[in-house]
Amino acid sequence: MSARTQAPGAVQISLIVLALGFIALFLVLPLVAVFAGGLSKGLAVYAVALVEPDALAAIRLTLLVAAIAVPLNVAFGIVAAWAITKFDFPGKSLLVTFIDLPFSVSPVVAGLIYVLLFGAQGWLGPWLAEHDIRIIFAVPGIILATIFVTFPFVARELIPLMNEQGRDDEEAALSLGASGLQAFIRVTLPNIRWVLLYGVLLCNARAMGEFGAVSVVSGHLRGLTNTMPLHVEILYNEYNFVAAFAVASLLALLALVTLVLKSIVEWRFGYQSGRAGH
Amino acid sequence: MIRLDGIAKNFGSHAALNGIDLEIGDGEFVALLGPSGSGKTTLLRIIAGLAFPDFGTVRFNGEDVTDLKVADRKVGFVFQHYALFRHMTVAENVGFGLSVRGRRERPSKSQIRARSLELLELMQLGGLGGRYPAQLSGGQRQRVALARALAVEPQLLLLDEPFGALDAKVRKDLRRWLRRLHEQMGLTTIFVTHDQEEALELADRVVVMDHGVIEQIGTPEQVYMEPATSFVADFVGETNHLPGGLHVRPHEIEIVSSGGRPLLVETVFRKGGVWRVEGTLNTGETVEIDVDAALSPPASGDSILIEPRRIRTFTSNGARP
Repeated sequence: MSARTQAPGAVQISLIVLALGFIALFLVLPLVAVFAGGLSKGLAVYAVALVEPDALAAIRLTLLVAAIAVPLNVAFGIVAAWAITKFDFPGKSLLVTFIDLPFSVSPVVAGLIYVLLFGAQGWLGPWLAEHDIRIIFAVPGIILATIFVTFPFVARELIPLMNEQGRDDEEAALSLGASGLQAFIRVTLPNIRWVLLYGVLLCNARAMGEFGAVSVVSGHLRGLTNTMPLHVEILYNEYNFVAAFAVASLLALLALVTLVLKSIVEWRFGYQSGRAGH
Repeated sequence: MIRLDGIAKNFGSHAALNGIDLEIGDGEFVALLGPSGSGKTTLLRIIAGLAFPDFGTVRFNGEDVTDLKVADRKVGFVFQHYALFRHMTVAENVGFGLSVRGRRERPSKSQIRARSLELLELMQLGGLGGRYPAQLSGGQRQRVALARALAVEPQLLLLDEPFGALDAKVRKDLRRWLRRLHEQMGLTTIFVTHDQEEALELADRVVVMDHGVIEQIGTPEQVYMEPATSFVADFVGETNHLPGGLHVRPHEIEIVSSGGRPLLVETVFRKGGVWRVEGTLNTGETVEIDVDAALSPPASGDSILIEPRRIRTFTSNGARP
């Protein structure tokens, strides 16, 4: 009697075709185009575009930014989620709102905030200039902007899960004589590990791919303050399409790898929680 | 010995506990009995050190432990939903308390494992040490939680609604088994329940609570036969309200041939070993009577005369006169 058990009818088939067609048109085709564009002049040209000094510098900077921003936001995300879900304190809902802020603010605005704060004309600009500290149009600014934009990813993944799990496990650990740190490492962390990994992957993908906020604070100095997305834009604006697509394909590859890892994590997590009887 | 003096706790403007005084002797088996919202779980958590009172003191053997954290109180706490660590095997769960001790007091890995298996044997869970909690039944999980709490050799065992999540048959077996375990080990045990039958069957003493205060402390016999307040009379066992503030239990009413009050019988059904007769008085109250199963019960529509054998009265504020 349920529609689910019947053989797919004309409506179902046309809906499936529509969905697949949509995915092909808007996701698969562009992805193929990126790789095709990068490889259109052959593998050699593709490789050269990736190893020329400016491209290498952009790749290095992107990795550096992610290597700093992701661990910081993982630490922040765990601490915030832990505080929000395991304790009651005044100002808790305000903290939750602040965590969501980077999601609701345009990345360009996020970048501008840092320019207004640390730029030459900004509030702290003169003081920074006096002490010869460069933040805007330098690597620290790029890192700050990236941290801001990727701020919510880990916490947002963890909070619903940790809310659902409640405080019983931690209280049980404490009642058995564990210290707060022992309870966290031996009980909380294993309980959240798969979702945490998922949050880290999303955070990393965004940290490497962020364009808007980074673009505002970077200054686009070739070989110095260009990340991969910015490098792609410069190459493209110079009509160097093959090189642009080559570097872009590297970013796309990162997205694909993230997607595969995410599927593995989801599969493992589903398996794990299934076994745990949820 | 545990002694609570003037324990009070507020959640916002709501008073969860209000002036609780209670003394529990070594080796006692005590039930905190009350409806939801009576403050019984909060009181248990305060005794454990999982919550802290706004006023009042908690003493263990004369020593003030009011501000001591749960980790330092040497209590075993069994959670309503067991709170087993899902990523650890049953044996690792049981050994957890020993494995988090400081290096000097910590037994070796093989000693911890041996102790865990020994406890599992005692809990009739031998052979399940390698399983994960999700692979166990509810009753088995409950016993693992108990084994885990006992592994650290607590001076006090606290159980929050220990049988709440189990089905009737398992609940009964586990109840009997817990009673035996208590007799064997002699460990001071306090458990929270909303099920009066459970409290009366298991506990040496029952603490009946409502709205954050203790209504009565007494043996199951006292609480059932001599309820101190109308709340206790209503909450523990079944009670009929007769005109004039009289409280009578169904089995304490007799059918008489002359005198007594007239009762119009509405329904008659078999309830365990007795006939349950329900009817209305001419003053409008509904009355339930238990009639010996060996006798033939009145039929629905009959008019009978009833006489209470034993009555209790309470003043309007619920206390005994």
